[in-house]
Amino acid sequence: MSSNPESWERFDRRERLIRFFMLFAGLVIIVAAWRAMEVNYGYAITAPVELADLFSRMYPPDVGYSTTITGALLETLNISILGTALAILMAIPVAFLGASNTTPNKSTYLFGKFIISFTRSVNVIIWALIFVVVFGPGALAGVLAIAVRSIGFTAKLIAEAIEEIDKGSVEAVTAVGASQLDVLIYGIVPQIKPAFISVTTLRWDINVRASTIIGFVGAGGIGVPLQTEINYFNWEAVLTILIAILGLVLVSEAVSAYLRKKVM
Amino acid sequence: MAAEPGSTANGSWERPTAFYSKNVKYGIYALILLFFAYSFWNLRMSPARFIQGLGAGVELISSMLPPAYTPTQRELLIQGILESIVMAIVATVIGIIISIPVAIMASDNLVPGPIYYIGRSIVATTRSLHELIVAIVMVKAVGFGPLAGVLALAFKTIGFFAKLLAEEIEDIDHGQMEAVTAVGGNSIQRYIYGVLPQVMPRIVGLSIYRLDINLRHSTVVGIVGAGGIGITLLNSFDKYDYQFSMAIISVIVVIVMIGEGISAVARRRIQ
Repeated sequence: MSSNPESWERFDRRERLIRFFMLFAGLVIIVAAWRAMEVNYGYAITAPVELADLFSRMYPPDVGYSTTITGALLETLNISILGTALAILMAIPVAFLGASNTTPNKSTYLFGKFIISFTRSVNVIIWALIFVVVFGPGALAGVLAIAVRSIGFTAKLIAEAIEEIDKGSVEAVTAVGASQLDVLIYGIVPQIKPAFISVTTLRWDINVRASTIIGFVGAGGIGVPLQTEINYFNWEAVLTILIAILGLVLVSEAVSAYLRKKVM
Repeated sequence: MAAEPGSTANGSWERPTAFYSKNVKYGIYALILLFFAYSFWNLRMSPARFIQGLGAGVELISSMLPPAYTPTQRELLIQGILESIVMAIVATVIGIIISIPVAIMASDNLVPGPIYYIGRSIVATTRSLHELIVAIVMVKAVGFGPLAGVLALAFKTIGFFAKLLAEEIEDIDHGQMEAVTAVGGNSIQRYIYGVLPQVMPRIVGLSIYRLDINLRHSTVVGIVGAGGIGITLLNSFDKYDYQFSMAIISVIVVIVMIGEGISAVARRRIQ
């Protein structure tokens, strides 16, 4: 403690020095990072003005335009749902491989973990770029991009649920003479069902957002008209699209939250 | 005697259903199947096209391997990745500075009703738009380059950070705030000595977590022109230079995994 008994200090001198240097190092990194960006301050200073100007050009939203985007909006929704469904189909075997208590051996466990972390590390828009090259522009590329990207997330959470199951029911089902498939259906599946549904709905909610942007690289959905209208500087239509996306996202979030509350 | 769930009249057992009855259950399943059939039909995907696509996929993968780059491309790659990292750091700092007051506004135990609703609506708006949509708008507003990306990522940081921090603030112990008031602290001192120490570990943990997320996003916002490695990746795809694309994707994956590892270790040490 401090030499003066009257005054209280939280840290001794060494701790204070370390904290000071950590703070200093942090500040140096931040300043270096800022300088490395080589920001054009002319643009930086006018940014608020430009943004205000942009929004003034967007307002009021072009209400008449909304009828032309219903198709694209539905396509977005379809991409998100099909993508999530496909992701789940592919994630289930991966989850059983990536869960330490159901995986056959060490190498399958590592293989499961590898798929989980690899699919998670590549952003959905990069997957979309790849699938657009493979299947051509359109919703199919979008569905596959969403599906592959979601494998990691869903498989990881389902694998965690599998690892947390109560062994008692598995043993009970085995004890009455069930086959391995029966053990899976009656011993494991009922225990992970709530987690499964909540993971699916949570990922679907994330995928609705993701499927609004994959159109930027041609993978279908509302992103396609959004990019077109931005390129034509048709700002009032852009605001209509943004409001539509906002509505879609809020509704899907509410639906997803309702379903998760229902199963938990 | 109350029947066991799932038991039938003749004493055999059936698995209980989460729905109201079996008919409702199969009805819902049928509806779901119908919907999938409709969506699938809506994609206009012919088997021929799918098979053709599989062939194209194999071709693409073989043209991507091995990942390669020329010396000029290596420069581009290093520059792009550095720019992404730098953007992530700056965006996280700016985002957090803005988030803290927003988080206070969005916690219902510290502020009166109207301010709370303003705070909540800021959080909701900044959360719901995808970072690439924000980025594309920012590019039009402030021009191509990392500044647009930083603004977009900072914008997205607000929704995430303020929401989670507000939840933490709502759980604090009010005794400490009252104690600071009791010894004569003013309202600013109440926040600094009564609230801040209680939420500081959470602020640090969330900052590290968000830095990790921003790093992931900063590698892709370039696809709409908002700086970072993304634009290099898009160009390599447009030039059919798939070996370079693969090199870029590999570097992104490695950087993201390193970031995730550091973030996980750092957060575990704090908690």
